[in-house]
Amino acid sequence: MVIDSINNGIVIDHITSGKSMLLYQKLGLDKLNCTVAIIKNAPSSKNGQKDIIKIDTLIDIDLDMLGYLDPGVSVNIIKDGTIASKFIPELPEKLVDVIKCKNPRCISQEEQELKHIFKLTDREKRIYRCIYCESKAK
Amino acid sequence: MRSIIDILDLSTQEIDSLIKTACDIIDNPDKYAEKCKRKKLATLFFEPSTRTRLSFEAAMYELGGNVIGFSAANNSSAAKGESVSDTVKTVSCYADIIAMRHPKEGAPMVASMAASVPIINAGDGGHNHPTQTLADLLTIYREKGGFDNLTVGLCGDLKFGRTVHSLINALSRYSGIKFILISPEELKLPEYVVNNVLKKKNIPYVETTDLIGAMPELDILYMTRVQRERFFNEQDYIRLKDSYILTPDKLETAKDDLAVMHPLPRVNEISVAVDNDKRACYFKQVLNGKYMRMALILMLLGVE
Ligand SMILES: [Zn+2]
Repeated sequence: MVIDSINNGIVIDHITSGKSMLLYQKLGLDKLNCTVAIIKNAPSSKNGQKDIIKIDTLIDIDLDMLGYLDPGVSVNIIKDGTIASKFIPELPEKLVDVIKCKNPRCISQEEQELKHIFKLTDREKRIYRCIYCESKAK
Repeated sequence: MRSIIDILDLSTQEIDSLIKTACDIIDNPDKYAEKCKRKKLATLFFEPSTRTRLSFEAAMYELGGNVIGFSAANNSSAAKGESVSDTVKTVSCYADIIAMRHPKEGAPMVASMAASVPIINAGDGGHNHPTQTLADLLTIYREKGGFDNLTVGLCGDLKFGRTVHSLINALSRYSGIKFILISPEELKLPEYVVNNVLKKKNIPYVETTDLIGAMPELDILYMTRVQRERFFNEQDYIRLKDSYILTPDKLETAKDDLAVMHPLPRVNEISVAVDNDKRACYFKQVLNGKYMRMALILMLLGVE
């Protein structure tokens, strides 16, 4: 299958097969007007199959959350038809509205308008805690 | 804008300086009688806690300040649709500092992100209650002269008792502290406190179910309430409850300078007969709470 290569934009590669729709939603790509291609189950030299997302414009989105949602993805920033930079997102220090606090006693459960914010408290064990009630993210 | 949400928001140096101020207030109350003249404290109690509210109000009055605020009769009337953020933005227009109690965990943190004046967490559900810990620390300091090299017994409900967790956090920053954790199996200190505080900092601790056995070693005995609703069945509660009630005979083997503490209110976990023992410190603790709240208000308002 051929998908046109892009001149200026973002390619999220090596997405775990089946996770592309989750990333599409969490990154808010459904709200964009530009061309976005989701390629599912593409052949991968590493893991057999992978998903890829191509965004046909250079937009400012929260790519850090990818380090939490699907560690191991690689991000390519394309400028003038060539790869201007390439990186593997790390676990971010903060997650804003990526996951929700499940503690029924937490203020974020009562006030719907509050942002759900989590802080990385243990990088080694990948533990995030709610900034309000300090519950561990599950 | 500086707010105090968690006891660990204060460094040990800051706690030392609060203790110093509190001791000076105790010795020279007149010197502080007008320090907060024309300043207003707002007590926003989204759930009732008469003793904590009175302590904050007494603290502000003794600094020569004024108090405004509300205390909700129950949780439902607390929020008539208005968010915590909107409430404190409004109150920030009237008050210089806010003491806030809320049934939901993290509500004072939300308030501190929105307010333009300092927020003091006066208790958020079962989560934090830093000014109780300040009261506990001043009591230990005044009874023991410091925090180093103490053997601290914590007795009762160590699982749900937020005051216990917070005190462990605060004391774990001093050297030579040893904890004796006395509780029924069902109410042991949670794994995450053991792992993240005690084990991580290599603090010696012993877990036991035996209050009498632990007694001779203790410098501090911090009692908490064992509540009926924490047990799965009535039989377990009845079997265990008397083991964790402090009575004069249980104190026979205790050190002469033991300090018996309790965050209050008590139900029956300390027999009234213990009140006359010179080692009983729980009512001093209440008074110390007021002095530490005075010191904290001065610090957050930047009053010299
Ligand atoms: Zn939470």
